[in-house]
Amino acid sequence: MSNTAAIRPGGPALPEWVRRLPEYLMIWVPLLLSAAHLVSFSLWTIWISFTPSTLIPVTGWVGLRNYTAVAASRNWQIALDNLLLFGCAFVVLSAATGLILAILLDQRIRGENVLRSIFLYPLAVSFVVTGTVWSWLLNPGLGIQKLVHDLGWTSFRFDWLIDRDMAIWTIVIAAIWQSSGFAMALFLAGLRSVDADIIKAAQIDGAGPVRIYRRIILPSLWPITITVVVIQLQFAISTFDLVRALTNGGPGIATQLPALVVYDLMFQRSLLGRGAAAAVLMLLILLAVLLPYAAWRYFQRRRAAHA
Amino acid sequence: MRDRTFAPRRIWIYLVVSLIAAAWLAPLIVVVLNSLRTNEEIAQGSMIGWPQHLAWSNYAAAWSGFCVAETCAGIRPYMLNSALVTIPATIFSTMLGAIAGYAVSLWRFRGDTWIYGIVTLGLFLPQQMRLLPWTIVLRDIGLINTLAGLVLIHTIQGLSFTTLFCRNYYVAIPHELIRAARIDGAGFFRIFWRIILPLSAPILIVTVIWQFTHIWNEFLYGVTFTTGQQQPVTAALIALSAAVADIPQHGVQSAAVIIAALPTLLIYLLGGKYFVRGLTAGAVK
Repeated sequence: MSNTAAIRPGGPALPEWVRRLPEYLMIWVPLLLSAAHLVSFSLWTIWISFTPSTLIPVTGWVGLRNYTAVAASRNWQIALDNLLLFGCAFVVLSAATGLILAILLDQRIRGENVLRSIFLYPLAVSFVVTGTVWSWLLNPGLGIQKLVHDLGWTSFRFDWLIDRDMAIWTIVIAAIWQSSGFAMALFLAGLRSVDADIIKAAQIDGAGPVRIYRRIILPSLWPITITVVVIQLQFAISTFDLVRALTNGGPGIATQLPALVVYDLMFQRSLLGRGAAAAVLMLLILLAVLLPYAAWRYFQRRRAAHA
Repeated sequence: MRDRTFAPRRIWIYLVVSLIAAAWLAPLIVVVLNSLRTNEEIAQGSMIGWPQHLAWSNYAAAWSGFCVAETCAGIRPYMLNSALVTIPATIFSTMLGAIAGYAVSLWRFRGDTWIYGIVTLGLFLPQQMRLLPWTIVLRDIGLINTLAGLVLIHTIQGLSFTTLFCRNYYVAIPHELIRAARIDGAGFFRIFWRIILPLSAPILIVTVIWQFTHIWNEFLYGVTFTTGQQQPVTAALIALSAAVADIPQHGVQSAAVIIAALPTLLIYLLGGKYFVRGLTAGAVK
């Protein structure tokens, strides 16, 4: 390949690297920028988290003081409690909803395409829009509760949005509505890839549909289930827009989540060091989910390669 | 099961599926209906109701009438901002990602696995880890509070997705094709232009739809790096609901929400198949 330039008639024999400079630039500049910003920005934020920076980043070393301050703050503790509750409830319920939808759509029903589009359309809409709309629907003086009252059932109560203990569930509802379709799409792909011959063999052996689902189809879905759970957890950990539009962390700080605390510390209270520390803590939570998943994927692949 | 022998059960299936589908459509229908009701009408009853007469004026007010902060130009300038950020960033990130994916999958060069690995880590790194550095960098290069700054951010960050999508697609192209072209003396760009690009339509559509939807819907960067007249429409919607908190104008707000959601909804309706493909491709790496 290096001597193609020499054979090409008429072309001056430029050195190879000069001749290929445009392609090197086109390949390397974007990739290097992307990789460099990922690495350096992460290190930069980590570094800021160890400095006494407040309004502007400053040098200096305060050890883990920012971390202990964040971890001791009520804001962060509530955010962590909420994340645990929201993460678990949302992941379990959206995976379950997605699986049920996928099984229902897998019954060779008419209008499958239309139905699938209906369950997936929320994913095309921004969380700001979703959060705003759900804040209207769940507002007791405006939405579902008001409608039921107007219809005559005046003792009906559905005021989670303004209830400190239940407000976090409004975010669960909106998040399930928005992203169950995603779980459905993955599960449906999984259901469709189950070996039809095995199912036919089981049918010949006299297994009923429930039994075939329980014994053959559902067990084959568990790798997809793990993927769904991990991706939904990743979404839960970084949830920001949805809460910002739906409850804005309220009532009070009842629906605080880590991403909101980070934003609050960095840009509203101008405590950059603490904000950076909270961001690093978020990253650590995320890694606690992603690293085991990456290890699991690695072993899955290795086993597949050996088999 | 997968045959049609259980007729009574199938009625249940249709019933359940239709009920869930209705619940999924309900928020959209409620907002569409509200966008056609007057503010007074909504204030008398609830957000959920049938329009007495169609108040199309809500859309005019939402598009170019109501006030956010001190300016009363409706949602139009913010829609324009979002378009001016989303369209260039989508084009740049897709183009660069296609070339990078092509280089990583079909050319192989020293360090390619490493750099590709790091770039794809960008799919996982939380935005919060990049907020402060981007703020400082944008300020230093004079792009803070500009649309160009947002284009830059979304182009660089989008590369993680676009490179991954394109690389996974190009990996399936037989290497013999490239080898033969190279023996004939074709270089990097000529092969890309003549051989790879004509094969790329499906993946480019997926990538463009994915990028457009993500960048249009993005909120955190928009609200962090821009203020006032420079904000994209997602940030403006939040500012709008804060601005009218005292005297809610739910009819106009509903119209604004519909307008803001329309571009991505239309793209979804037109390219749903590709949208879903991007969704699952991003998930199963």
